[in-house]
Order: sequence, then structure tokens, then C-alpha cells
Amino acid sequence: MSRAAPTPAFVTATIAAPDDFESWRDAARDLVRRGVPPGVVSWQDGESGGADLFGALSAPASAETVSGANETPVRASKAFVEQARLAILHRDPARLDLLYSLLWRLQDKPRLCEDPADPEVLALAALVKQVRRDIHKMRAFVRFRAVPSEPGSSDQPGSSEEADAHYVAWFEPEHRIERHNARFFVDRFASQRWSILTPRLSLHWDGEVLGEGPAARREDAPGEDATEDLWRGYYRSIFNPARLKVGAMVKEMPRRYWKNLPEAREIADLVAGAQRREAAMIASGADAFAAPVPQGLEEIAAGIGACTRCPIGCNGTRAVPGEGAAGARLMILGEQPGDNEEIAARPFVGPAGQLLDRHLREAGIDRERAYVTNATKHFKFTRQGKRRLHQNPTAHEIDTCRWWLDAERALVRPRLILALGASAGRALLGRTPALARERDALHRTGDGTALKLSVHPSYLLRLDGEARAREEARFAADLRAVAEALQAEMVSGIDPSTGSD
Amino acid sequence: MLDRSISDRLNILADAAKYDASCASSGTSKRNSRDGRGLGSTEGMGICHAYAPDGRCISLLKLLLTNHCIFDCHYCVNRKSSNVVRAKFTPREVVDLTLAFYRRNYIEGLFLSSGIIRSSDHTMEQLVEVARSLREDHQFRGYIHLKTIPEADPELQRQAGLWADRVSINVELPTSAGLERLAPDKKAPQIEGSMGSIRSAIEEAGDARKRFRNAPRFAPAGQSTQMIVGADGASDAQIVGKASTLYTSYALRRVYYSAFSPIPDASAVLPLKRPPLIREHRLYQSDWLMRFYGFAPHEVQQATDESGMLPLDIDPKLAWALRFRERFPVDLNRAPREMLLRVPGLGTKAVGAILAARRHRTLRLEDLARLTRSIAKLRPFVVTADWRPTQLLERADLRARLAPPAQQMELFA
Ligand code: SF4
Repeated sequence: MSRAAPTPAFVTATIAAPDDFESWRDAARDLVRRGVPPGVVSWQDGESGGADLFGALSAPASAETVSGANETPVRASKAFVEQARLAILHRDPARLDLLYSLLWRLQDKPRLCEDPADPEVLALAALVKQVRRDIHKMRAFVRFRAVPSEPGSSDQPGSSEEADAHYVAWFEPEHRIERHNARFFVDRFASQRWSILTPRLSLHWDGEVLGEGPAARREDAPGEDATEDLWRGYYRSIFNPARLKVGAMVKEMPRRYWKNLPEAREIADLVAGAQRREAAMIASGADAFAAPVPQGLEEIAAGIGACTRCPIGCNGTRAVPGEGAAGARLMILGEQPGDNEEIAARPFVGPAGQLLDRHLREAGIDRERAYVTNATKHFKFTRQGKRRLHQNPTAHEIDTCRWWLDAERALVRPRLILALGASAGRALLGRTPALARERDALHRTGDGTALKLSVHPSYLLRLDGEARAREEARFAADLRAVAEALQAEMVSGIDPSTGSD
Repeated sequence: MLDRSISDRLNILADAAKYDASCASSGTSKRNSRDGRGLGSTEGMGICHAYAPDGRCISLLKLLLTNHCIFDCHYCVNRKSSNVVRAKFTPREVVDLTLAFYRRNYIEGLFLSSGIIRSSDHTMEQLVEVARSLREDHQFRGYIHLKTIPEADPELQRQAGLWADRVSINVELPTSAGLERLAPDKKAPQIEGSMGSIRSAIEEAGDARKRFRNAPRFAPAGQSTQMIVGADGASDAQIVGKASTLYTSYALRRVYYSAFSPIPDASAVLPLKRPPLIREHRLYQSDWLMRFYGFAPHEVQQATDESGMLPLDIDPKLAWALRFRERFPVDLNRAPREMLLRVPGLGTKAVGAILAARRHRTLRLEDLARLTRSIAKLRPFVVTADWRPTQLLERADLRARLAPPAQQMELFA
């Protein structure tokens, strides 16, 4: 073959193992020294011929030793060596030719690798990129299954058996990156015994020494691990169906890896269910926003009669609309209709309403000229024998029914709202106010309406004796403050949009 | 309460944690367990161990210690008034789960957050205990991210930083008005006060380590925060402004954006619609412009329209270029790096490659084609040895020609 001819006709170069950079380097250095140009070298990587991977290290096939022939030293830039170490791990048989061609050209153009627009430099970069990605994906996608050191021991996560177990994974890399990646797994899992089985070779760490074994089959790895169920459950739960982006997932977790990822078994299900779940999630709340805003108080009265946006509307009671005229300067807001109100279909007509009426009269406020309504329009109760016992609406119910209240406010446009009780306060503020602290001041809502917070009259009904007297006095004072505020506004006429009336 | 199985509670508490966008496990100090006594390692780059069908990386076990909460924030699925199923882990259970997942190479570590139970201090103590136990009892060397509670005792926040790689506090909403309306129990000054003290603690620890190699580390991966996008009326310009203030005032590593997404049992105060994913994406792009492309915040804001919103159909860099056409075309063989970075369609990598390549040759279009993904978008903005755009830049329909076809907008249908 090559003999001593300065430019041989044809040379075969064989490296010891397809991922053995040192062996390639020795052979390539030798060829460059002998002046063998890239076109005449045929590279064999030891695998293509079906040769035994773990056979004896065969010397480079360019057999003759180049004794004393190193007239000119062979040079390669650091960047090239770094890239070549990775590129050689690529499955592409042509990689060795490319590397040799670059090494050859580097002898005349030492800075060749700094020019990313050179087609061969570019091709090398592409190989390196794919190898790096595979290295990274192996670190990411190896899944160990624990084999308890003593069969039948507890499978509780965290138990000491966990530390003593043997962790075994089956993995199928795309390129020949297994040995390169061993260090990573040693660094990370040095304190546990592990094995990574692959179709090309297997790696074993016993806690002290890294060993290498022959090619393995999938069946050699354990078939299950109870912790995987927790992990798959986690995978299902952390997924947000409102953000389905399958393309982005597949780009980063290509399908070829799925068969060895326990969580990937969930994907089909999650994707199929996602659109359905999201649509349901939106529909369950969205209809409160889908309807056009009512244009009149009658429309609201009709609307709430048919409303089932929150569970209270489904209990078979009648909705109780607000009472009063659009344009009323004062809005009085309670919590929800009670037993009497539901029967009469009018707000504040039961005992609490009567108490309110008395206090309004004493404060000089004309209920007839106010608009009276509730935070939720349906009566929520539990049944006890024949009696229907009042139950507080939940914050969510109040927030839902607020859509109706906002429509009423837009139509009535009161100057001042008197909110009775914490639920009423929530319906206006979007948070549950602390009445004890906040009832004294006069507030403004977001649209500038004055707001007075006070207790609900039913609270007074539940007190007696001295406490009742004290609280009633305080309630009366709140109402007087309302009357004064209204008076002041009437005099100063602060609302320029409607003028004085 | 019923003692639900670990698996039920894991599902509930992971579900509750999924609205937090952060998953990063990068940028911390390098560690390994070569000594055979501990478990885990960290490298510069975190690893995404899986991807969910929402396209998001799963790197950390992201959990809430509990989803019970005494607060009532409207945008939050765990708010007091929400009807979700509640569950709770003990610190020990979280520790065991983290180790079990880590040993099987499912995760890089733990991202732990919590609803507020009993008091802020009590909750924070439990979070800190999880991190302490992982580090001390189990010599865990993987990544830990703790979401701290701004109302908690500063001493507890300090301890969090000692054990964790990263600590974060969410600013939640871009405007204080939004915060007041949607998170009535939270206070912007308190949140930012805590960020300020974490910043000082990180810097002090950094200084100390320069002098004494054994000085304790404090959150070596820094602090981050999250803003919810689309739950209040804040414009993109406001959000970008807020983010840049946060970056500079508190030296944050990252500001995450989370498109507000419909949550089960949503508060009626909030918009119920598809999460504004494209908007979120545009905000991330603007974030990159500021962090890697040398854009000042006001320059990103110049890319917004009259209402302060970034265009959805084109990326913010292209929007900026279309607004400032007089700065183009850019000569790829001569322009400085800063100007190359302004060219729409040129990423940082491509700019690096152009700078390297032009030392060896005069760039022509064919070179450009090898160094970048597509030159169609670039043509109007660049000059090469064999190419100069004529009038392209003046064309009124340039935007239309560069914007992708409209069907990409279908998410908004
Ligand atoms: S209480 Fe309000 S929201 Fe609930 S069903 Fe009745 S009207 Fe509708």
C-alpha cells in the first residue's frame, strides 16, 4: 500500500474504537507527517466492519512506525482539538474524513477554525452541536429504576433502603457519548450504586470504581419502580392545559426518547384532554361575562330570575331584584335576601328590614328615594325542619353576583352607597373589609362614588342588653353620617355630570 | 382533615404550583458529590429533565408545601375564598420526595413555595426547615429554590438564603394599583423591601467570600421574581419599565412573566379568556433585548404603540427597526457589534459568527446564508459586499412583507 511513496495512492486508517479520539489523533498525526492528503485516506472506525468493540487496541493500520520521520511537527489549534474530541462521537462515518481534512488544512491555515463561514468548519460545528445536544439529552433523560438491596423491603420514598438501592437505567443514545458522559453521572450520584445500560456498552458505578460492561438489552433493566407512579402523577399535575404547546415540547423532547421516559406515557392523554379541560374551565366562569350588559333595571330583574351562574341560583328560590329608581342618589346594599324577602320578592322587608327602616327614619333618610338591593340576589339557606336558616354566601358567590350589582350601579349611578355588612363591602371593594376598623371613614370606590361601611341590621338583632344599645347607637351614628354626606353633596352639587336635582 | 396519600397530595400541591413560571436551575456555584458522602451536583447550566405538553421545561420538583392560605389574592388559585381541595406536606415528606426523585434523575432539585398557614413566620420556618434538612441531614448538593414570604422575619429570609441557591419573591402585578385591587393582603413596599434586603445579603456574602474562602454562601444563583401579565390593565410599556427598575434596584437575575391563565374556581373579578401567551412571549423577547442586545428600557418602550402595547404579530426588535428605519441598512462588514445586534433576525450567536468570519473574508450574501437561519428577513436591513437594499426600507408595506401570515394569530380566535 503506502510504503515510502511521498504521495501514496490509497491508505486505510483504522482507529481502535469509534469514540477513541486518542487513537484517531495518533493515526492522523502520522498521516499528516507522511504527507498523505485527505483524498487518499479511507478511515475505518472499528465498528463499521463489525469488528469487536472491546477487542485489543489495534495499532493504526498505517502500520509502519514513523521512526524519526517527524521533520515537521503536526499542529492543531486548541479550538479544533476540543471540537474534534466531540465530533468523533458522532455516528456519521464521514466525520473522520472531515476531521482529517480540517487537520490537513490547518497546517497551512492555523486560524482556519476561527472562520465560521468556511464550509468544513461549519460542518464540524454542526456535528459538534448534535453531539453536545445528545450528551445533554442523556443527562436529562436517563431514568433510573431502584432495585432494593434486600427484596421486599419498604418502598417508602426516603427510607434508608433508598440510599442502599441499586439504580439501573436503560438508555439509547443517538451518538457514541456513553463514556464521555460517565463522569457526569459519577459526579452527581457518587454515593449511590448505579448502572446505565445501552445497546453499545454498559457503565457500572459501585460507589468507588467505574466499570464498563458489554452491550445490554432493554430486558436487562428492571421493569418497574413504584416511585415512577408519583413522578407520572407529578408530570400530569404540573402541566397547564390552558397553555398547550405540543410543538415546543416535541422540539425539546423528541419522540425518539419517549419510549424510555416513564412520564411520556401520559402525553397522549394529556394532550387529548387539554382542549376539553380548558374549554370547560373557561365555560364554567365565562358565561358571567358573555352576556351583554343589561340596559335597564327591568332587564336586570328578569336576568337574575333566570340566573344560575353561582350555585345559589340553582336552589329553586326566587331572585329578589333591587327596588328604587335609576338616578337615586343613595344606594343601600345588603348581603342577600332572607326568608321573608324571598317570599315577598322585595329587599329588606323582614325583621332586619324593619329595624333598618326605623333607623333610616330617625336619621332623616327617605327609603323611598333610595335604591335598595343586595350583594347576591338569591337566598342561600340550609333547611332545619320547616325552617330555612340563613347561610352566608361565599366570597366566590359574592364575586360572581357582582356582575349584576355592577350593572345596577351603572344604571342607578348613586352618589353614595351605604354597604351593610362585610359581604356588601366585599361586593364593592373586591376584598372583605374589616368593618370595626373601616366603618368610621367615608371611602371612595374606584369610580369615585362615596362609600359608607356599616354593620348589617341582622347583626343588631342578634345582640341584646347593653351590647345591643351600644351597637344600635353606633349604627344610628353611621346613618346620620350618611345623611350629612348626602346633604353636603346636595348643597355643593359635586357631581357636574347630572347637575343639581 | 383526611390524611390523603402522598400521591394525592403531590398532585394537588404540584397542580397549585404550576402557575409559577420559573423553572431555572442555572447559574449557581458548581458542586458535585465525588467525595461519595453527598447526593447531587450542579453545573453552570441547569438541565431540563422533561417537557410538559405546555412546552415548559420540568427541571425542578415544583411544589407548594401547602395550598391553604390566609390571603385572598384574586389571581391566585389558592386564595382563601377559592373552592379548591386543600392539602399539606410535612417538611420531612417534601425532603423524602425530593431525594427519591433526584436519585432517579427526574429532577435537578426543588422549587418550594407555600400558601400562608397560621402566620408568615410559621410558614417560612417550615420552608427553611425543608432546605436545611436537605442540605444538612442528607448532604443534598442539587439545586434549591425557595420562594420566600415578604412578611416573614428577616432572620428567616437570611436562613433561606444560606441553604438555597436561589430565593425569589413575586412582585405579582406590574402596578401597585393592580396589586391593591387584586392582592389586597399584599403590599408593594413590603415586597420590594424584602427584595432590597436580599440584594444586600447576596452582595455582602459575595464580598465576604472574596476575603475568606469559607465565608457562607448566600443564594449563589441570586434572586428572581415573577409578574402576572394580563390580570390587570398594565400596558407592555409599564411592564417593561417596571421590570427594568426591578433589575436595577434589586439586581435580579431574572424577571419572569406569567400570562394570566384561567384557573379553576376563578375569582369573578378577573378576565376569563385564553392566557395571552403571545403577549407573554413578546415580553420575554423584550427582556432579552435589554439583557443581551444592549437595548435601554426606553428603547424597548419605543417599540410599543400609542397604548403602550408591543405588537403581537412581529417581534419587538423588528418593531423597533421599522420605527427607526433611518438607522439602517447596517453594513455587516463594518458595523460595530452594537449595531449588528440591532438588525432584526440576527441573534447573538449569528452576530458572533459574523464578527469572527469578517476577520477572514469580506462577507457576501452566500456567507450570510451559512451563518444565519434565513436571509429573507435580513435583506432589507443589511449591506454586504454584493448586496445593498434599494428603497426597500422606504416601502410603506415593509411591515406587512415581514410580518408572518395572519393565521399564526389563531390563538386569539
Ligand atoms: S346569587 Fe347572583 S350570581 Fe348567584 S345565581 Fe343568584 S343572581 Fe346569579
